[in-house]
Amino acid sequence: MAEVVRFFIDGKECMAKNGDYLLQAAKENGIYIPTLCHYDGLKPKGSCRVCTCKVNGRLMTACTTPIAEGMMIESNTLEIEEMRKSIIELFFVDGNHFCPTCEKSGYCELQALAYRYRITAPRYPFLFPLKRVVADYAKIIIDHNRCVLCKRCVRAIKDEMGKSFFAYRRRGQNIEVILDKRMSDRMSFEIALEAENICPVGAIMAKRTAFTTPIGYRKFDKITIGSDIEKIKTK
Amino acid sequence: MAEKKIIATTSLAGCFGCHMSILDIDERLLDLIEIVEFNKSPINDIKKFTRKCDIGLIEGGCCNSENVHVLKLFRENCRILVALGECAIMGGLPAMRNGIPLKECIEEAYLNGITVHSNTQKIVPNDPELPILLDRVYPCSDIVKIDYSIPGCPPHADLIWATLYSLITGKESDIPYEVFKYD
Ligand code: SF4
Repeated sequence: MAEVVRFFIDGKECMAKNGDYLLQAAKENGIYIPTLCHYDGLKPKGSCRVCTCKVNGRLMTACTTPIAEGMMIESNTLEIEEMRKSIIELFFVDGNHFCPTCEKSGYCELQALAYRYRITAPRYPFLFPLKRVVADYAKIIIDHNRCVLCKRCVRAIKDEMGKSFFAYRRRGQNIEVILDKRMSDRMSFEIALEAENICPVGAIMAKRTAFTTPIGYRKFDKITIGSDIEKIKTK
Repeated sequence: MAEKKIIATTSLAGCFGCHMSILDIDERLLDLIEIVEFNKSPINDIKKFTRKCDIGLIEGGCCNSENVHVLKLFRENCRILVALGECAIMGGLPAMRNGIPLKECIEEAYLNGITVHSNTQKIVPNDPELPILLDRVYPCSDIVKIDYSIPGCPPHADLIWATLYSLITGKESDIPYEVFKYD
């Protein structure tokens, strides 16, 4: 049987299996740590930095930090929350996020995080980078203006042989997601929808599916991201 | 009763949707008019500032030289400047042209667009009276200091009301999650 360890988040005593990642362990204890790049069931990546916490006084990403006995974690503090907010603001100026015209508006996790933090406007100047919209795939559109480089699509969307449909190409500032041309021809509508859903923002859109739900009924129209976790009763 | 606060409003590169949303505060307009007086604004059609104002509401970003001029005028004449709506905050829909060269935009609008039928003489408007288009659309905060922002496209009337109420009375307002939106 796995060993259970005791740790503390903002002074609250928590229990989890030794070695579980902090993000997941917090969740099981009814504490939401915000994240953008993590998706339950996928190997953690730690690319967005939104889940950063102070673990025994050091800044660590909660999605990649295994829990250990006696860990002291700061998460919901002014310092950490302000830092997370500034990271979210950076995402908004670093891409071209036109929420009013975006098909994913109301479902977008970046937008939902900004709502949670009540960000009225980013403190940084908008960069308006030049990005492409690629619409020549059979089943999907990739809008690079919106991509936050979380790599969820690459990590999650695979064929029956375990081969990824998506990949990164180039490096640094020029990095972007591509869909393998030959694999794209074999992509089913179901996989396209799966890709759309795994993408936290509106960078991957299955063709001919947009704007089906009226405003007011979308995922984050009435419900704050993370509030489901915060509602979980802990023993 | 305390002296009325003075409000000015303008629509730059916007669609007037944000101004429509101001009117959507419905019967609270009657409360508003008790505590404020409007100066330069399309709502009352006062064209020029006649005094310094407490609050300036800016709809739309800056897409041409006139927008920049008006925005600077508002900064000079308003103690508190509020960006109202996504276009004022980040350029909004007009800023979707930011990745496209201006020449291409103009040619698409007046010469090559599929809905261009009647411009047989291939005229691109260039009357000296017309404001010059900027190379791209600028958020208001790129041009002047903005004190507060009210997000939304358009912002929810309740959000506008809560913000105005707080700015005027100095009291905090409780803003429900549902009214704080970017679309
Ligand atoms: S396309 Fe979407 S899922 Fe893929 S890296 Fe970009 S934001 Fe993440």
